[in-house]
Amino acid sequence: MLEVTDLNARYGRAQILNGVSLSLGENEVVALLGRNGAGKSTTIKSIMGLVQQTEGHVTYDGQEILGKPSHVICRTGLGYVPEDRRVFGDLTVEENLEVGRRAPRPDAPEWTLDHLYELFPNLRERRRNLGKQLSGGEQQMLSIARTLMGNPKLVLLDEPSEGIAPVIVEQMAQVIAELKREGLSVLLSEQNLHFARAVSDRAYIIEKGAMRYEGSFADLDAKPEVSNAYLAV
Amino acid sequence: MTHVLEVRGLSKSFDGVHAVRGVDFDLTEGEFLALIGPNGAGKTTCFNMLNGYLRPDAGSVRLRGAELIGRPPRKIWRMGVGRTFQITATFLSMTVLENVQMALISHHHRVFDLFSRATRLYVEQAMALLELVSMQDQARRACSELAYGDLKRLELAIALAHEPALLLMDEPTAGMAPSERIALMALTAEIVAKGGVSVVFTEHDMDVVFAHAHRILVLNRGELIAEGSGAEIRANPLVQEVYLGGGTSFVQEGAHA
Amino acid sequence: MGFYFAQLLTGLANASSLFLIASGLSIIFGVTRIVNFAHGSFYMVGAYLTYTLVTMWSGSVLGFWGGVILAAAAVGLLGLVIELTILRRIYKAPELFQLVATFGVVLIVQDVTLAIWGAEDLLGPRAPGLDRAVRIMGEPIPEYDLALIAIGPAVLLAIWLLFHRTRWGVLVRAATQDREMVGALGVNQAWLFSAAFVLGAFLAGLGGALQIPREAVSLQMDLSIIGEAFVVVVIGGMGSVSGAFVAAVLISVLNAFAILVFPQISIVLPFVVMAVVLIVRPYGLFGKPGSEHGAPEEPDQPLTLMSQRSAMVLATAVALLALSPAVAADFTMILLVDVMVATLFAVSLHFMMGIGGMVSFGHAAYFGVGAYGAAMAVKFFDFGMLPAMVFGPVCAATAAIFFGWFCVRLSGVYLAMLTLAAAQILWGVTFQWQDFTGGDDGILGVWPAKWASSDQVYFYVAFVLCIGGIWFLRRAAHSPFGYTLRGIRDSQTRAEAIGINTNLHQWMGFALAGGFAGLAGVVFAFSKGSVFPDSLGIAQSIDGLIMVLLGGIHALAGPIFGAVAFVMIEDWVTRLDYWRFIFGAIILIVVLLAPDGIAGGVRRLLRAVKGGAA
Repeated sequence: MLEVTDLNARYGRAQILNGVSLSLGENEVVALLGRNGAGKSTTIKSIMGLVQQTEGHVTYDGQEILGKPSHVICRTGLGYVPEDRRVFGDLTVEENLEVGRRAPRPDAPEWTLDHLYELFPNLRERRRNLGKQLSGGEQQMLSIARTLMGNPKLVLLDEPSEGIAPVIVEQMAQVIAELKREGLSVLLSEQNLHFARAVSDRAYIIEKGAMRYEGSFADLDAKPEVSNAYLAV
Repeated sequence: MTHVLEVRGLSKSFDGVHAVRGVDFDLTEGEFLALIGPNGAGKTTCFNMLNGYLRPDAGSVRLRGAELIGRPPRKIWRMGVGRTFQITATFLSMTVLENVQMALISHHHRVFDLFSRATRLYVEQAMALLELVSMQDQARRACSELAYGDLKRLELAIALAHEPALLLMDEPTAGMAPSERIALMALTAEIVAKGGVSVVFTEHDMDVVFAHAHRILVLNRGELIAEGSGAEIRANPLVQEVYLGGGTSFVQEGAHA
Repeated sequence: MGFYFAQLLTGLANASSLFLIASGLSIIFGVTRIVNFAHGSFYMVGAYLTYTLVTMWSGSVLGFWGGVILAAAAVGLLGLVIELTILRRIYKAPELFQLVATFGVVLIVQDVTLAIWGAEDLLGPRAPGLDRAVRIMGEPIPEYDLALIAIGPAVLLAIWLLFHRTRWGVLVRAATQDREMVGALGVNQAWLFSAAFVLGAFLAGLGGALQIPREAVSLQMDLSIIGEAFVVVVIGGMGSVSGAFVAAVLISVLNAFAILVFPQISIVLPFVVMAVVLIVRPYGLFGKPGSEHGAPEEPDQPLTLMSQRSAMVLATAVALLALSPAVAADFTMILLVDVMVATLFAVSLHFMMGIGGMVSFGHAAYFGVGAYGAAMAVKFFDFGMLPAMVFGPVCAATAAIFFGWFCVRLSGVYLAMLTLAAAQILWGVTFQWQDFTGGDDGILGVWPAKWASSDQVYFYVAFVLCIGGIWFLRRAAHSPFGYTLRGIRDSQTRAEAIGINTNLHQWMGFALAGGFAGLAGVVFAFSKGSVFPDSLGIAQSIDGLIMVLLGGIHALAGPIFGAVAFVMIEDWVTRLDYWRFIFGAIILIVVLLAPDGIAGGVRRLLRAVKGGAA
């Protein structure tokens, strides 16, 4: 469904990604593991068209999307949830969701406000509040809900558990499970191995802009030297 | 034992919400103290009051008896407090070496010198500091090209440039590999052991905290809820409830995987 | 009592016009982060178009209002064309490039307007049906003013509804906060930007159109309104439409009453108000922290000392310059002095902007104060040339110390705007204080001492002062002082954390840059024998910015290339008809083709050549 081949990305002179390849199937949850600065966010941003200097191939449903502007990529069915949430602070919760709203797509589940409020009850209570008045955890929920308003088929979740309390992290895990139940595919970047293991089907490990591991969590557990070398555990 | 730092009744509220309330603690000469707690517990607020970026509503912070509250960050630095940042802050348009030289130039009160060549000043001292954090090989690289973990080490070298009595480290190992983390914290511990400097740090990685901290303070909703050694903190039911979680919350248990 | 009420109404009517243009400027900045100098041009074109349409359909109410709306819509269309052809290509460029590009548009529009409508001021008809005055509390109030007073709030309400009750408005507000994120959510930012730009241009055109019955249409309308419009936007907070409304009312009403007490104050009053507001609220009345910066820039590369070969080239160039009087004609000497003055001015501006990260829209203030200081010392205190040459820069540095104290408390666009305000205040004082400064007539008879009166000798005086100044500033850039300044630019947090007093340091950097701009001004004054208020004007400040950007802000050598190129081009182009058009076009070409300036272009060329050889 999503196929990344030999992806290179750079910011100015600094080469961040060096021939990254990965693939993601229908209704699959895949974790992209690695520590800060390893290239997880850059991979996700490159897929989403948010990095200027990229080379290689990213195909979605067989269609090349690398080099296209991010709004076009979004319209093909990819949804992006940024690592720092990037909620519009001066817009109300409902207005934030409005920005994300797009027409339903035949091949993906349709999300309505009511359905999203069921999934994130806090947001219903706070729908008239401004984005900046929400707590960190609520902002994370809003950021996901906002992306779902676009009725994506595949969601790119950048560090969903970063900087939120462990209690909220548990809720995040449930949300991801719900997305899978609804038939979505999810590519999530994570530093927290244990969180990733609980929510994903398999994993990639990236380090210094290149893939170092691909496989199941069981295999990964059998090779402690891999996670020791590449993960911040 | 003498106290390097005495914090009393430190309080701060934003828009009527108590971010930090009545925090008291002491830091003994040569101690390695960790400040932990969930997000929004007030760790960063606390830190920013110690280093002068925020003015508390009430309370006092004394460094070897001298009051720090009310002084700007640069004065607090001159009194012997070094710091590293959670999100690294360095001079990106300079080389690694120049970043350390800047700290030395400032320490020696030469920032208004209009005639010397900045790059020729304090080269040896700066190199020595870089060696201390094993960054000497990267001395001539542009700071903007460094990997994240290296930036953190550079920050440590900068923070040690004026031989501080107290080092404040905000999440010092975030984003580093386990081996690097251990090396950095072991290095910090070594520097502490040599004497002369005490450390207060915040950290989310409980391995780092339990492995290195001499003593741990736990903040929740702006108040200190526990204090003690690693074993005491881990066994504390209140801390488990609000922060460490009951085992399902994906926080790593003890030893490395 | 009635009289004061009438003044209040006049103030409110003025506020409406000012609000229309400022709201458009604020919307454009909010969404696109472009400081649009061409906004005054939209205003002017709106007025000219309305003049033509309304005279054509003279007399009928429908003809008048139809003409107003049609003209504003046409300006909106002009805005779309400019956005699509120019701005769309430079959204990712540093903010100063965008500013200079829009200034290129200003120049082009000026000459096109001149070609179409001629140089004469045009007096339009009054609005049919609103051409009389009504008596309110015994005072005659023009009906048209009352209509304007109603139009301002009506437009504010319309904009508010548009922004809060339509999906498009929600998207615009979201884009004002985080453009990239809006794009990632599937919104085509490009059209959002275009639409915001069209709306802004429409509002500016409307503002100009509505001025027809109140003032003559002239070619000076663009730059005369833009300063005030900037001030309104800054006071209100960049990007805030309601802020712009409050600020427009504040300034216009204050002005309506202040002129009763002190008639000369209108030129400087808005700038004084802005200075006061920014000191109390550094982001304007309704602005937010973070709104002051445009697109983020990549960090500079570390400074390196010149390679031996570059040093040789430089030494040769300086030696050739020193020897030039032996071979060159007198008029070449004069041109070379102009080049050296411009270079020192540009280098001093670069010291502040490039090294110090403090963008100045009003650096000419210190150039002019230096020139006037020397001229007045000669005229009033009978100073000789050399003492006056010391006195001028001291005056300039003193002025920089005074205004710098306020400016360094701000950053980004707000700092730039405060420097502009400082320059406008000084310009206003110079312009109006006839007895002391000669006002518009300037000060004449500022000639060099007898021994230096030949073009050759004065060339050497200028050579020593300008090349010496440039050398000193380069040296300072490599000194701990300059490095500290760069450090503060990179990270104020880090600078504070290693014990640097950032405000004090930037303040001293500001003063040093001001002092050397003053030195350039002094050399300039004695080479021309006179000084005029122009030397502190917006145009002179922008010349400096163009030189720095033309050369490339990231290289120490940038301002040198830029100033030389600028003076050469200017010397050639100003002899031609429609030189503004040509000059504007050159600016646009440079901005679109070499966004890192001449120095950057040369460096890329060298790298390409070297790469090709290797």
